[in-house]
Amino acid sequence: MPRTKFLIGGLLILAAVAYLIASSTVAAAQYFLTVDEVKAKGSEVIGKNLRVSGAVIGDTIQYDPQTLKLTFEVAHVPGDNKEVEAQGGLAAVLHAAVTDPTRSRLKVVYIGPKPDLLKNEAQAIMTGHLGSDGVFYADELLLKCPTRYEEAVPQQAQGN
Amino acid sequence: MLPEIGFGALVLAFTAAVYSVLAALLGERHQRADLVESARRSQLLTWPLLTISAVSLIGLLVNNRFDVSFVYEVTSRSMPTYLKITAWWGGQAGSLVFWAWLMAAFASLVTLRKWDRDAEFLPWVIVVTSTTLAFFLGLVIFAENPFARYWQTMSGDVVERMFRPAGTLPFVPQDGRGLNPLLRHPGMIVHPPLLYLGFVSFVIPYAFAMATLITGRTDDRWIHITRRWTLWAWLFLSLGLVFGARWAYDVLGWGGYWGWDPVEIAAFMPWLTGTAFLHSVMIQEKRGMLKQWNMLLIILTYDLVIFGTFLTRSGVLSSVHAFAQSAIGPAFFGFIGLTFVASVALLLYRWNALRAEAEMKSMLSREALFLLNNLLFLSVLIVCFWGVIFPLLSELVTGQKVTVGPPFYERATAPLFAGIMALMALAPLSAWGKSTWKTLGRAIWKPALLALLITLGLWLGGMRNLVAIIGFFLVALVTLVTLYEIWRATRARQKAQKEPFLIALGRLFARNRRRYGGYLVHISMMMMALGILGIELFQSETQATLRVGESINLSGYQVRYDEIARFPAPDGREVTRAVVSVYRDGKYLAELHPRIDFYFDAQQTMTIPGQYSTLADDLYVLLVDWQPVSAEQATFKVYHNPLVNWLWLGALVFIAAILIAAWPQPEMEVLPVRAADRSPLRVGASD
Repeated sequence: MPRTKFLIGGLLILAAVAYLIASSTVAAAQYFLTVDEVKAKGSEVIGKNLRVSGAVIGDTIQYDPQTLKLTFEVAHVPGDNKEVEAQGGLAAVLHAAVTDPTRSRLKVVYIGPKPDLLKNEAQAIMTGHLGSDGVFYADELLLKCPTRYEEAVPQQAQGN
Repeated sequence: MLPEIGFGALVLAFTAAVYSVLAALLGERHQRADLVESARRSQLLTWPLLTISAVSLIGLLVNNRFDVSFVYEVTSRSMPTYLKITAWWGGQAGSLVFWAWLMAAFASLVTLRKWDRDAEFLPWVIVVTSTTLAFFLGLVIFAENPFARYWQTMSGDVVERMFRPAGTLPFVPQDGRGLNPLLRHPGMIVHPPLLYLGFVSFVIPYAFAMATLITGRTDDRWIHITRRWTLWAWLFLSLGLVFGARWAYDVLGWGGYWGWDPVEIAAFMPWLTGTAFLHSVMIQEKRGMLKQWNMLLIILTYDLVIFGTFLTRSGVLSSVHAFAQSAIGPAFFGFIGLTFVASVALLLYRWNALRAEAEMKSMLSREALFLLNNLLFLSVLIVCFWGVIFPLLSELVTGQKVTVGPPFYERATAPLFAGIMALMALAPLSAWGKSTWKTLGRAIWKPALLALLITLGLWLGGMRNLVAIIGFFLVALVTLVTLYEIWRATRARQKAQKEPFLIALGRLFARNRRRYGGYLVHISMMMMALGILGIELFQSETQATLRVGESINLSGYQVRYDEIARFPAPDGREVTRAVVSVYRDGKYLAELHPRIDFYFDAQQTMTIPGQYSTLADDLYVLLVDWQPVSAEQATFKVYHNPLVNWLWLGALVFIAAILIAAWPQPEMEVLPVRAADRSPLRVGASD
């Protein structure tokens, strides 16, 4: 008898956890898209909770400290890691994205302090939504500058 | 010479570790004590050898030997010496050496203990610890060598090798790239080492668990031997997490302390299984149940530790796909897979020998509540794991990568944490074997009533946030139940022994370190929960651009901008430092110095807050922007973080509590089992 009681209790917990995970996943899911995918899907994804990755174009960074409004553009970088590796690593991919004028670009608006790592050829991973004006309104910015960590050897012969 | 010495010592240590595995296996197979002894001695060699290697590496770091690629990557001339030393664990190769060095130290400590009663465990403990050590050393030697140097070929290319390739010249960069500015903080001294200490010390209970499974000596001996190891491991891991949170709070400049990113979760997952393990071994000790479950928990903890070590150092930031970027990824996954499959196979082989000696009868018995606690911790683990692998799964299934962020974790874990807190209120009051609602109710009604009154007070005070009301009620309940239990037991002792209250309290703790240390851990957790509820639910923020003399108001505080200055610092920074004064109700409280540091070598800025801390709240002021052209104006962002300091205070109480719980108890060394602990009576049953 106690065995069935425990079994039922265990199943109830299992069901509760499964429900928690499923409902929270649905509530918090964010589509992870590249800039090209955002452009291709267009109006389909307007207003949806998105996560977009791109290469920051340094010249486009504008910051108004009065209103804390930060705008910049990101260029498309491939989302697939194998592709990134095939093209010579993240640093090379970011550099190519920023210097290639034919790449699709996305304008980003973010309100808040300017992040320390926001600079040319940084990888930006932005969470937010796409407005009907085609601008990406980010609530959260994650940045990384891979050049500093992944470069295999010093570039120039300074020593010797 | 130093790179050769360091590398040579690594190779010798690797050889010694491999030898000790082989000798222990052979010695066990042929029942040759001399071979096992030789394995033990060989293992004892690893720590001194790795110390030589570590000292060489530190020597290279401190002396700006930029011809060594690891040194070039993590240090620069302008860094202070203490940071150059900590750069040891500032990159992957060095932190693997650090891990191995700690592993060798712990393995040596274990092999130095008295083995008379447990001789059959010895070879297997050596096999497990030395295999783990050899795995890490193998990675260091064959894949991530911190001693590799730069060489320039005749054509001008620079290559990275351990030994000089023919036709090349040494290549010495002028300056290193320097440690990531985020890591240039005193937190670097404590956070990574504590986390690693926690990780590595969990290997020891795992080694004994495996020895138990292999030898078939399936009594509780392994749990008795490793109880204290587990507590230390848990202390270090917990502190590593808390110090990491504090560090993030102090340098990341977003007014937060925990962001649910994969790296944080990777360190949190072994903590969850470790915490569950810590509780469920008590049931095995006292009731002879959950033996298979404990084995599973320690196996999970071990593999999550290895996984965490890999993840925290592989440079993964936000994408699980970045796994592949590390050359050592496949080796790690292979090792984790192999050890997990082998361990679980052993567990299944001994499954019947690990059957429970008693059956769980009552849903309210302490063992049932402990089991429930375990299930809740595991549920949090499943939530975390799901969050980390969901992007991979979604991409596999739908072709579209879908990620989940902090809202997912907050939503899914909050009810589970609430459940864990409710259990913290009930379980200490329940009895082993059997409890009823009646006995539980009698023990809990007084503190529960008081907790309800406090919650009612909050409601009357205007609090309408349901999550906050439930949270504060549970914090009050657990704290009051625990304090009431301590108070009742002290009173009982006071009456029985005719001692003054404080002496009775002190002796109560001294005689029952485990129980009352454990209670104190619960109280410290509630202090931390209070801080987390405060900052998560009641944080407020504002921002403004101010002229000198103007103020910004937030939650009753006034922050006045007084002046600003920009100057170079000797460690390669340009500092922009504002001076602001904090007032409350017109009364001057403090002067804060929020600043922006610009690191020349990394071309990176850091925004460091000025903080005014009280028990009630934290005022967190950031200097957001300042343009020298318009020197008059500066932009500030201010956060008001209620109660957050209880999080850090709770961590201090936590340390004290674990010290009480883990401190050797004189009587215990003589008697393997204390009568009091096997007693089915609940605490305070004397009244």
